[in-house]
Order: sequence, then C-alpha cells, then structure tokens
Amino acid sequence: MELNNYQQEAFEYQRKNIEKYGKRAWGWTIFYVLCILVGLYALYLQIAKGHGVTGMRDNVVWGLFIVNFIFFIGLSYAGAIIAGLLHLSKVTWGKPIIRLAQFMTLVSVIIGPIFILLCVGRFDRMHHLFIYPRIQSPLTWDVMAVITFFVGSVLFLYLALIKDFAVYRDAKLNIPKWKQKLYKVLALGYRGAASQKRHLIISQNLMAVIMIPLAIMVASILSWIFGMTLRPGWHSTIFGPYFVLGAVYSGCGLLIVAMWFYRKLYKLDYYFTDKHFTYLGYVMLILAAGYGYFTFSEYFTDWFASEKWNSELIHKLFSTSEYGWWTLFANAAGIALPIAIVAIPATRKPGPITIAAFIMVIAMWVKRYLIIVPTLETTLLPMQDTRTEYVKYAATWPEWALTIAGIASFLLFFTVMSKFVTVVPVSGLEDTHTVHEQHLLHPEPTLENTSKA
Amino acid sequence: MKQEEVNDKGRRDFLKTAALATVAATACGSLACSCNSKKAPVSDKVKLLSPTGEIVEIDSAYLNHEEHMAIVSKLEAREGIAGKKFVMVVDLAKCKNARSCVSACQKWHYRPKETEWLTVKLLQDSDKAAPYWFPKQCFHCDNPPCVKVCPVDATYKRQDGIVLIDSDRCIGCKFCMAACPYSTRVFNWDEPELSLDIKNLAYSPETGIPAKVGTVEKCDFCPDRAREGLLPPCVEACPNGVFYFGDENEDTVSNGLETVSFTQLIKDRSGYRFMEDLGTKPRVYYLPPKDREFPVEKGYQDADSAIKERFKDFKDILEAKE
Repeated sequence: MELNNYQQEAFEYQRKNIEKYGKRAWGWTIFYVLCILVGLYALYLQIAKGHGVTGMRDNVVWGLFIVNFIFFIGLSYAGAIIAGLLHLSKVTWGKPIIRLAQFMTLVSVIIGPIFILLCVGRFDRMHHLFIYPRIQSPLTWDVMAVITFFVGSVLFLYLALIKDFAVYRDAKLNIPKWKQKLYKVLALGYRGAASQKRHLIISQNLMAVIMIPLAIMVASILSWIFGMTLRPGWHSTIFGPYFVLGAVYSGCGLLIVAMWFYRKLYKLDYYFTDKHFTYLGYVMLILAAGYGYFTFSEYFTDWFASEKWNSELIHKLFSTSEYGWWTLFANAAGIALPIAIVAIPATRKPGPITIAAFIMVIAMWVKRYLIIVPTLETTLLPMQDTRTEYVKYAATWPEWALTIAGIASFLLFFTVMSKFVTVVPVSGLEDTHTVHEQHLLHPEPTLENTSKA
Repeated sequence: MKQEEVNDKGRRDFLKTAALATVAATACGSLACSCNSKKAPVSDKVKLLSPTGEIVEIDSAYLNHEEHMAIVSKLEAREGIAGKKFVMVVDLAKCKNARSCVSACQKWHYRPKETEWLTVKLLQDSDKAAPYWFPKQCFHCDNPPCVKVCPVDATYKRQDGIVLIDSDRCIGCKFCMAACPYSTRVFNWDEPELSLDIKNLAYSPETGIPAKVGTVEKCDFCPDRAREGLLPPCVEACPNGVFYFGDENEDTVSNGLETVSFTQLIKDRSGYRFMEDLGTKPRVYYLPPKDREFPVEKGYQDADSAIKERFKDFKDILEAKE
C-alpha cells in the first residue's frame, strides 16, 4: 500500500495505539466487562424469575429497555447519515472523523436491538419473527429495517477499512502473529491496483448513497412503532421526521464527545482540530433549532387543540409534580444549551461545546423517556388500580444494571476498536491543513482520473 | 322508595321485551340457557337478583359446574365457529358493581384475583354528569389495533368475530398492549401460579389455559363454551342480567334469563359502542345508564374496602348520598 507523506505521517503517529493495548485500556476493559457481568446477572434474574423483576407492568408495558433501544439505534442512524454525508461531500475536514461516526453506527446497531430482546417476554421464541412474520406489523417492518441496516453498516464500515487493513498489514507492526494474520485476511489482498481502487471507490460511494436514505427510513419505521398506535403523544404525523432529526441530533452530540475524548487520549489535536468542534457545533446548533421547532409544534398543537387525552398528557409533562422538571431539563439542556454555547463566540470552543454536547446527549435520553413512559401512563380509560407499580412506572435495579451494561458495551467496543484500527482513518486522509486551501486549484481525484491512474 | 321506582321501571322494560324474547328464543338454537341442569338439589341456596329486580333463591346445584370443554385444533381455533358473529351487549342501567362477573371469569380461567380480564370501572363522562358502573372486557373489535401490530400473528381475528391470542406463539413484545386503546390486555409478568393438574392441561387458544409466563392474555369471549352453546361465565354469573351475549347473524342475544333480538335491544335502548370515534369497531355494545335499577352509590357502599380504594376519586360523590 502506497501512502503519501501526509498519510504516512498520520499512520506513524497512530502506530503505537494499535501496536500496544496498554495498561489503561486493560483497566477500562476489565471495568466494562464487570459492568456487563452485573448486567448479565440481572438478565439471569429476569429470565429465571420473569419480567416481574422489572418495573414494567400492564399499563406501562415498555420502560427503560425501549428508551435505550430508541437512544442507541438513534445514535446508529445518526452515525450512518453523518458518515455517509462526509464521505460523499468534498469537504476534506470531515474525513478524519468518518471512522468515529462509523464505529458509533456499528456498535449502536448491535446494542440497540439487544434492548428490544430484553424487553420481549419470551426471547426463546425470537425465531417466531421469521417463521410467522406478519408484514402488516410495524414491528416486522422494524425487524427487517434493523437487519438491513445492520448489514449495511457492517459493509459500510468494512469497505472504509479495507485500505487501512492493507496499510497495517504492510507496515511491519510489532504485533502478535494472529493479529498480523487477521489484518492480512481482512485486507482481502488489497494492493492499491487501479481496478481495486476503482471497485472500492464505487462500492463505498454506493454504500454511502444507500446508507443515508436507509437510515432515514429505518428511523421513521422506528417512530411508527409508536406513531401507528392510538395513544396520546404517539399518534402523531410528525413522528417520522421528529425521530430522524432526534437521532441525527443526539448522534452529532455524541460524535463531538467521542472526538474530544480521543483527541485528549491519543493527542490527536492535529486531526481533530478546533475547527472540527466549531463545524460540528454549527451542525449541532442547526439540528438543535430544528429539534426545538419540532418539539414546540408537537406540544403546542396538542396543548392548543386540547383534546382530552392529549391535554392530560401535556399536563403530566409540564406539571412540576409529575414530569415538569424532566421536561424542563430535556428542553433547556437538550435544545437551549447547545444553541447558546455555539451561538456565543466566547463559548464556541472545544471544551464548552463538548460539555454542552455531552449534557445534550443525556437530555436526549431523558427526552426519549418522556416520549415513552408518560404516554403509557396516560390510559384512555381511568386506571382505577390500587397497585401503585401498575399506575406509575419506576425502573428497578435490573433495568438500570442492564442499561449500564449497554453503555459499558458501547464503550468497550470503542476501546477495543481503537486498539485494532486507527481512530483517524489513514488511507482516506487528506491533508486537512493544506488540501483545504488548495482544493479549489486542484480538485480531488474523481472516479475518472482515479481509474486512469 | 327510590329503589322501588327503579325496580318498577325495570319491570316495565322487561315486559316490553318479553314478547320479543319468546320469538327470539325459538330462533336461538345454539345458545341454550344454562338452567337445565338435572342435578339433585344440595340445599345450599344462593340468592340471585333477576333482571326484574326480584331476589330469587336458587339451589347451588343448579349453578354451572361445567368442566372445561374438549379442545379444538390450532387451525380450528384460528378459523372460528362457522356462521357465527358473536356480539355482546352490556346494560349499564343494571350494573351495580356486584363484581360476580369478575370472580366468575377469574374462576373459569383459573386467573388470580389481581388478573382481571373483565373489570368494572366507574366512569363519569364530565364533571356534572352522573357517574355509572362500566363493566369492561375485550371489545373484540372488527378493526382491532392489537391484531394489526402483532408481528407474529399470535393474536388474530376469527371469522366469528372473536379476537384470540395463541400463547404458544406470542413472543411477549407487548406491542398489542401498547396499541390497545382500552388497556384490555394483561401480561404474565411472572410464572403463573397454577395447580399441577391445570398446568398439565392441553393448551388451546380457545381456553387460554394454562396461562404462560411472558405472554399476553385477555378476555376471549369463551369460545370453548360457545361451541357447546353455553354463555360465558360473566354473563351467567351476573345477578342482574347486565351482559347479553349472542350471535349477530341470528340477531339474538341472551343474558341467561331472557333472550332478545339484538337489533331491537339496541334500537329500543339506544345502544352504542364505547369510543366509537377511535374507529376500532368494537363488538361490544353498551346500553346507556338510563332509568337505572340501582343508585350508583350502592355499588360503592357494598364493595369491600380494597375495591372502594380504587374509586377514591369519587369518594365525595359516592359517600355523601348515604
């Protein structure tokens, strides 16, 4: 694999990260594995004792698990849309962060659906989804969508990695034999020949073109699990775009956090520059404004028309004795804060932007909770139930343990992957500092001139 | 005094429908009344209230003690009973929250006390409106939101109008529970506590027995009993004849005490379907609580304290009139 000087430099800079796992990485790995083990114990309890160990009951039939499902799967869709757009666009500054976005896509599309499985009463019967599928159910659409999306994101990430695997294979890294062999297998014999380059570029472009609409479709289908029902707060025509926007928005926030973290950890300031934070901050600001607009229309129309159950739900969401403070947090920290931080020049810096993004991601999780639980607590007929756990949802420790296990799995994936491949893609890299200015004079290689080469 | 008035009105209503009932009864072939038991009296009398408001004593031997019916194949349980279109009419004017329907249902289906496939709510349509008792079971909708969302066809609509659940197929995703606007469905959160002989019974979607952990269940209109020409236990157990069950195709419904024309009953008493605007097309009709046989407070005052607790929001209205 031939690399230009800039790419070579980027590789040499990151060489040590993939050569050595490191004490710190081992420490965190053990910690994450412990978290996952606690989660597995909670899962064992749930299987052995039944779903009674969760806080879910006949009225609030879905709880933290579904909240986590929407949250993670949203990150996944966001990663695909962001990576797809950055890949297709000619902006050179975007290239170094594509891999982080793709990591996010792949790991979330694995963790998200696991939460659906946790929520299902009989996961010994999951094969029923395939032997008795019922096409008119939005859940069947979602099964098909998530599987398609999973295959798509594996391909999308892998195609982007092939060139890099070839680089690692040829670099005479100081690594164990099995890892050397693995790189060799994964590189699929890529040598940088003209036809190989051409095929790879075509497939990558194709995948990027496929992944963007696919992510929009699957995010909409996810929203329709709720939108297709006759429940207040769910039965809304804007739910599709609302979920798409919410997904990309929270994903953008997490990408900023991941960027900041790896910039600190691997000292990647040269690749994840201040400009990246500013630019992604702008994207976040626009998405925040959009999400705020959707949220406002959703609440405002429900409140103004004041249909019986919608009003009841709005009252719950805004009354301080129920979800009022959470609603305030979700909207102040989830919408207003990022806008303010990015809009004010004094705070438009990597640190504040990252903090705002981090808080926003948490607020977006809370927002998903506010979409799911209060609606389920608003039944059309009065509950008239004396069992408090049936009236109001309160998550139990197994649910929290499994939630933490999910987050730990997410972080574990990032830890392991960042030791297996370089966080900043090497072969697809262009000099962010020089190429950007030269861009107008010397257009990037296009399909025609690469095939000629 | 008030009670008498109410009863008197009830009697007039009954006389009006009596003529109809005799005609309808001859037409009703399959829906036998369950009072034809040939058992010897055991001198254990049970007091029941007839639809006319009179208290009658019946020997408990004459009450139903049917064993569960022979089970049909899964395919038959999916197709339903040919030529039938089951329908239920609930007369809100007669309900006094006696809850005999609830316990009869629980007993028949071996469900614990907390699991109510059939429940009695106290509804008040607006602040100034009079509250009324509202027995609610599965509405077996003709446009069922639950069936639409099931990803594995575990819950399905049959040709006889009944919506059933196959607990052997249900994956427990609870989507149907979220989709049902009437909160009809219940979930087996833990392993159901059943005696060994019940646990060993062959399962059929028509009986719903034995219940299975991690699956959804609900009122099933007792199709196993309908196959034998019997009324559901809730209908039979009601001391006031609140529930009428029957066949829309035959245009006949019976509450076990009288058999009447379904269309005539709906016409005469301004029958309606609950939350018609949702478009779910329920198969359960309600008769408005006009000319009630019991004052609403009675159902509250006679209830035990645990049940009273459910209606604490109505405490002021219900206790003031004592």
